[in-house]
Amino acid sequence: MISLDNVSKTYGSGPGAVQALKDIDLQVPKGTIHGVIGLSGAGKSTLIRCVNLLERPSAGRVVIDGQELTAMDAAALRQARHQCGMIFQHFNLLTNRTVYDNVALPLELMGQSRQTIRERVLPLLEMTGLADKTAQYPAQLSGGQKQRVAIARALASQPKVLLCDEATSALDPQTTASILTLLQEINQRLGLTILLITHEMEVVKTICHRVGLISDGRLVEDADVGDFFTAPGTQLGRDFLNDFLKLEAPQALIERLEPESGESTHPVVRLTFSGDSVATPLISRLAREHGIDVSILQAKVESIQGRTLGLMIAELMGSASQTRQALATLESFDLHVEVLGHVQRTD
Amino acid sequence: MSSALIDLVWQSTLETLYMVAVAGILSALAGVPLGVLLYVTRPRQILAQPVVNTVLGIVTNVGRSVPFIILLVAIIPFTRMIVGSSIGTNAAAVPLTIAAIPFVARLVEGALNEVSPGLVEAAQSMGATPMQIIMKVLLPEARGGIINGLTITLVALVSYSAMAGAVGGGGLGDLGIRYGYNRFNPTVMLITVVVLVVMVQLFQSLGDYLVRKSDHK
Repeated sequence: MISLDNVSKTYGSGPGAVQALKDIDLQVPKGTIHGVIGLSGAGKSTLIRCVNLLERPSAGRVVIDGQELTAMDAAALRQARHQCGMIFQHFNLLTNRTVYDNVALPLELMGQSRQTIRERVLPLLEMTGLADKTAQYPAQLSGGQKQRVAIARALASQPKVLLCDEATSALDPQTTASILTLLQEINQRLGLTILLITHEMEVVKTICHRVGLISDGRLVEDADVGDFFTAPGTQLGRDFLNDFLKLEAPQALIERLEPESGESTHPVVRLTFSGDSVATPLISRLAREHGIDVSILQAKVESIQGRTLGLMIAELMGSASQTRQALATLESFDLHVEVLGHVQRTD
Repeated sequence: MSSALIDLVWQSTLETLYMVAVAGILSALAGVPLGVLLYVTRPRQILAQPVVNTVLGIVTNVGRSVPFIILLVAIIPFTRMIVGSSIGTNAAAVPLTIAAIPFVARLVEGALNEVSPGLVEAAQSMGATPMQIIMKVLLPEARGGIINGLTITLVALVSYSAMAGAVGGGGLGDLGIRYGYNRFNPTVMLITVVVLVVMVQLFQSLGDYLVRKSDHK
């Protein structure tokens, strides 16, 4: 539904030029929710603005629903934008229009009759839970309600695509959750394709099917959400994940970690279980088969898109050969093993 | 206070109101579009035209930098062409209008500049044309600021209209100078000032009321 081919964006020219996006290739199939995550300044905002050409890419093609936006003149582009709703971090509602009139705006711009506008706007306000707020002005609404108005407005022209620019970043966690639920409903009910950018892993975890990771203007990862959360392909991805799961070894242990194993050390491992391996009684098996003790230092279980993800930081306590064999056994399972380092045995 | 004096004050008040109203309405009609042009032709704006913007900016600044009393006499041939005479209340309204247009334009430009760029971006994402953005986003969102600017203009016009006496335009300022100052009649001077103060207060209160009424920020 959305296809970016080799999209680049450069601001300025000459030696002072800043390359905000570099050769971005991104495909979002119809009906999926695709998240793009990245740190501030990584190019997320530029990326989403390049999709509806609020920013014109310096190079590359943008195709939405088979129409190449980058090849259009101004008038055709305005028509194409009716197919592509957008919501923003700061809602961008017109302060001098009521809720009803805000939602009606895109239809007014298209030259629809009052009658048509009424028939479109009222069900949208119903769906977004704003039926009793039609005559209020944005200043009288809470942040979550404002974003609901913005969502209703973005849907008024019956678009095929919804772009969300940090849509929940200005909201508290509870409101974020309700807005995400609404977006998910819209995706399922209307089959709308959603591209969202965010810096919050929670958003990706809750509603996205696929996720891209953007760093320094490049799309460095593009994966199913389940895969990304179980085995990120880059260090940045792992940083995001660790930060999100807050699963770090205790500080006292980190200070004792040594990079190389010795005769009298125990390995400290981070295990990431997903899918079937979650159900395996792994620890007791290691203890039984290899005669080692396993000291669990941290553990957490998360449910992501219906898949269970388990994380554990553990110290394998045994002789050097026992722990080596235990590690080999671990790696034969369907799980991700990362040796964080080694600690001197204290026993 | 003689009835003749009361008549004189009343007559002068009407003349002042007439000049301010004519110049206010005409300068708004010309100044608001000019202010919009000054704003939308700025670099990176919806109708960016750097050359047009620079030229308009210079013209506007020239208009604002000519002292009113000089403008009043400098454009006498133009005034005569428009109203057929270079003296009288109508003749005074022409330079008042000319002086107020760039004033209004800059105030409108400033009011538009207060509209969040995000709103323009949102309208663009909905496929709005530049004209639709001006009519449905910029002007309605800047409504409060524009009304405020027009109020400031009206008050400035009241004060400028005092100089209309130089071309026989009459009005309260003229009355104050001729009777109060030249004939050394402090009562007339005081009455004139009091009426002007009341008039400015009324304009300001009306403006504030309209801003409150129209702005939902």
